[in-house]
Amino acid sequence: MIAYIGRRLLQLIPVFFGATLLIYFLVFAMPGDPIKALFGDKPVPESTLEAIRAQYNLDKPFIVQYLLWIKGIFVGDFGLTYSGRPVADELARAFPITARLAVIALVFEGVVGIAIGLYAGLRKGKLFDSVALFISLLFISVPIFVIGFLVQYFAGVQWGWIKTTVSGQATWSELLVPGMVLAATSLANIVRLTRGSVAENMGADFVRTAKAKGLRRGRVVRVHILRNSLIPVVTYLGADLGSLMVGAVITEGIFNIKGVGGTVFQAVQRGEGPTVVSFVAVMVIVFMLANLLVDLLYAVLDPRIRYAK
Amino acid sequence: MPSNHKIQRYVAPVEETPVAAVDAVKFDGKASSVWGDAWKDMRSRWLTWACLALIALIAVVALFPQLFTSQLPTGAACDIANFRQAPGNGHVLGTDAQGCDVYSRLIYGTRASVTVGLVATILATLVGCVIGAIAGFYGGWLDAVVSRLGDIFFAIPTVLGAIVVMQVMPWERNALTLAIVLAVFGWPQIARIMRGAVLSAKNADYVTASIALGVSRAKILVKHVVPNSLAPVIVIATVSLGVFIVSEASLSFLGLGLPLSTASWGADISAGRATLRTDPALIFWPSLALALTVLAFMTLGDIVRDALDPKARARR
Repeated sequence: MIAYIGRRLLQLIPVFFGATLLIYFLVFAMPGDPIKALFGDKPVPESTLEAIRAQYNLDKPFIVQYLLWIKGIFVGDFGLTYSGRPVADELARAFPITARLAVIALVFEGVVGIAIGLYAGLRKGKLFDSVALFISLLFISVPIFVIGFLVQYFAGVQWGWIKTTVSGQATWSELLVPGMVLAATSLANIVRLTRGSVAENMGADFVRTAKAKGLRRGRVVRVHILRNSLIPVVTYLGADLGSLMVGAVITEGIFNIKGVGGTVFQAVQRGEGPTVVSFVAVMVIVFMLANLLVDLLYAVLDPRIRYAK
Repeated sequence: MPSNHKIQRYVAPVEETPVAAVDAVKFDGKASSVWGDAWKDMRSRWLTWACLALIALIAVVALFPQLFTSQLPTGAACDIANFRQAPGNGHVLGTDAQGCDVYSRLIYGTRASVTVGLVATILATLVGCVIGAIAGFYGGWLDAVVSRLGDIFFAIPTVLGAIVVMQVMPWERNALTLAIVLAVFGWPQIARIMRGAVLSAKNADYVTASIALGVSRAKILVKHVVPNSLAPVIVIATVSLGVFIVSEASLSFLGLGLPLSTASWGADISAGRATLRTDPALIFWPSLALALTVLAFMTLGDIVRDALDPKARARR
């Protein structure tokens, strides 16, 4: 297992540098004046442009620029936002909020999604199964921002169950409903995945053997069916973290949450290019590390993975 | 049959015993293929026809929007003086906050969403197939380099990457550039699946037979390996079409997708948010159109996946 973790960490290094280089390249090596492009259509005085060029080391060769930027990320220097505050401070303030939101979303989609999927899979073809499949399909096809608007409108404005925007503290209880909105699409995918996997494993030889041994139904379901059905769900969670991050940008934008996603959302709305780039780069790094974690979890669940390669 | 000595083992005379299974094979009938079997399974399901009908309708609307409405969605056709009118009076679904006809924006918005989805899917599938096939078939250092390159692009979630690029892109934002940006971050998923399929296909007996017959490597790849590896790619491509359409809407919602002068469902949903309290219909119609389109492609992908998988066919 330790050798596996070591190998995976080593594999991560070229991907890390490659992905950050790619983002950096896309932003600063575009044809035309990249710094002007960061401002969109707004008129900018030449002195400001010069100052920003110096700040981003754009007078140096490309690879030196990139290495200086990476060095900045490693020592926690992400540059400044337009309001003059260090991006690192913004991140330190925003990150815990988004972490809370992500925990709510992951717990909600994991627990509720697996429970509904398991129940539907065990009763394949019954009414509950059909209703669950239909509703999950609805959640998959309706974009997250529409779900967010509807929840905000009905639960917030019409019925007054929640506040329509989240305060600066962003407490757990305030983030509960936005977290559920963030989880909606993934929840539906997990229901479908668990349901299909459970339905398939119900007919597997090891389940028949477990039943023939005289094990109680509860034990067969928990230990034999559920554990084997969770493997594709864990794989999905890894790939899904990316869509959760995009979802966080949108959900935090809708509910005015001052987290990482909300900051990106507002920076995009105001055209604050450097903030967008720094934050997205950090999100990509988190995504890579989280994917590594999921891969390790996968190896714990299914020992075959560890020894395959 | 000799009766004068002891029979130790009974062997049936060959010519007298009909081998039912062999005789039942009709040689003059059409050979069954993976796709033929899959289509036979698909056409017996009503859901297939519902999806295909919906997709055909969407295609016709996208190609010939002027057949469905005589009004234009943008520009001079919008009169700010009759903003947010109730349905009726020449506007079937009323007008939006800019005074544009909601119904015609819905119709013309189809083209934007479908173009982005389709072009992004085609580009990502082409690039992914070529790169995945070469990596899987030739292996070695080529595979190592190409797979690591794929990992790098895979590490950046598609819409996040698109947010960065659209933010700084110096070119005009239109359906084509948006589709290219989405495809740039979308191809590694298809390449991974293609590579896996090619890896399992290249050890099949028919490939060994071709090698024995002296067929060149490139020809084996194109003639035998690729056609037999396409099934999982087709499934994932159908599903990604839906995903790309949602991505376009998300980017337009953020203000980084198509410009407001283009009729687009994502931009309309975003604009409808401001009037959600007073006029929920403005947000309802584009959301419904978007959801139905995505639903049609995703369900079709599910159906094709089921039809190609004998295990899933038996489960139903």
